[in-house]
Amino acid sequence: MSARWEADVDALAQSALEPASAVEDVVLPPGDGWSAVVAAGGRLRIVDVDGKQGVDALFYDADEVTNRYSNTETVIAQGETYLTTGSRLLTVNGDELMVIVADTCGRHDTMGGACAQETNVVRYGTHTRHEHTCRNVFLALAAKHDMTVRDLTHNINFFTNVPITPEGKLSFEEGISAPGKYVELQATRDTLVLISNCPQLNNPCNDFNPTPIRIVRWDRAAVDALDTPAPVA
Amino acid sequence: MSAASTRPRDPLQVGPPRLSETVPAGGAWSHVLKLGTALRLTALDDGANVSTLLFNQDLLPERLNLPDTLKSQERACVAPPMVLIGEMGSALGTVTGSSLDWHDALCGHIRDEQVRERWGESSYATDRNEWRRSAREGLLREMAKRDLDRRNLHQCVNFFSRAQPLGDRRGRLAFVEEHAAAGDWVELRAEVNLLVVLSTAPHPLDERAAWSPSGIEVEIRDVGVAGADDPARGFRDQSARALDQTRRLHA
Repeated sequence: MSARWEADVDALAQSALEPASAVEDVVLPPGDGWSAVVAAGGRLRIVDVDGKQGVDALFYDADEVTNRYSNTETVIAQGETYLTTGSRLLTVNGDELMVIVADTCGRHDTMGGACAQETNVVRYGTHTRHEHTCRNVFLALAAKHDMTVRDLTHNINFFTNVPITPEGKLSFEEGISAPGKYVELQATRDTLVLISNCPQLNNPCNDFNPTPIRIVRWDRAAVDALDTPAPVA
Repeated sequence: MSAASTRPRDPLQVGPPRLSETVPAGGAWSHVLKLGTALRLTALDDGANVSTLLFNQDLLPERLNLPDTLKSQERACVAPPMVLIGEMGSALGTVTGSSLDWHDALCGHIRDEQVRERWGESSYATDRNEWRRSAREGLLREMAKRDLDRRNLHQCVNFFSRAQPLGDRRGRLAFVEEHAAAGDWVELRAEVNLLVVLSTAPHPLDERAAWSPSGIEVEIRDVGVAGADDPARGFRDQSARALDQTRRLHA
């Protein structure tokens, strides 16, 4: 197998946080949306419950939503087009929103964008025009937070394998995730997160069978407790 | 401009341009490119970069969507005869020709902070019109003239630049210095009335010791609309469908 289809195994990292201390722990069916503010110092874990499920996510400075996630700022600051443990999610102004602190999958995309009815037609034909897509989910989530289409930019596709080759090819390929794999992000500042559990049926981003994900959110106190050694009995 | 004479001219380039002017190095420019015309950019010096945003002028705020453009055509860069696809799934423009086979589409544009960090402080007071300004500043300035703001910003094409994917496990990129030479050119045909906003500031991965952006020549010519045998239609089925969606847009 070529390196371009492999995760960086050296970047794999687990989290010691337990869901028992979380403030939110939900299962999100495929095609559904979720949003919340992850408080500074808090964390968000996304679990690929059944494996090979694409999860589209957008990020905003909760205090100033025009200071939003930028895939290009994130990529050029790190010189890397794939995301994994240690990747810093940066805004259009270069501010850090979140950091990936644990990752058992090893590779996530931020160049492939979200599926939309209109581009489904371009990619797969007119018969897909009325299929459900991530852009529809994002439009609804944006409205909930008083944002519009102008606020929707290019997202992260967690658990999605979009290799970029030296020859200049970019394509959605079979996923490298598996049941139970997860990614965990820690917020550097209060961050509004929009998630679409991708309903795409026409490419391997969901293994042609969209499945549920689990979302677990912790506040700072739980994360701080993790770093504090337990008192000696 | 000596290198220009050594490079082949596109045989399709005929007739006097509707518009011909220059944009200086580190400058910014915007124009509504009319349906049926094409914009040709020609580098005036080596190492040019043109960070370019596109909008559908008749259906604002629709803008270029590079992830959709790249994944639909399975390319990690922009090159002829690719179409450039908007957020509503139609071809906004077509790259009808270029002396280069790779234009960067992955890296975004340079910001004020990066310009200051690399090349030091600069102001109008000290440097007059040679002051070093970022692509962010230039793009937002041209957008503001048209009542567009930072919420309308999106991922740009960096014409004349190349950040080479290394194909490793992290997907690292390596900036190719002076990918373009004086005389290199690229031509973009408008499939809609196309608002083009561009900056000639350096590429965001350009860390050359000297601030050395290149100016460009811009020319606009009548070229007509894409025909049934247009090379873009033959590139990929997806490119043809994007042009079909543009036709639907005009219905």
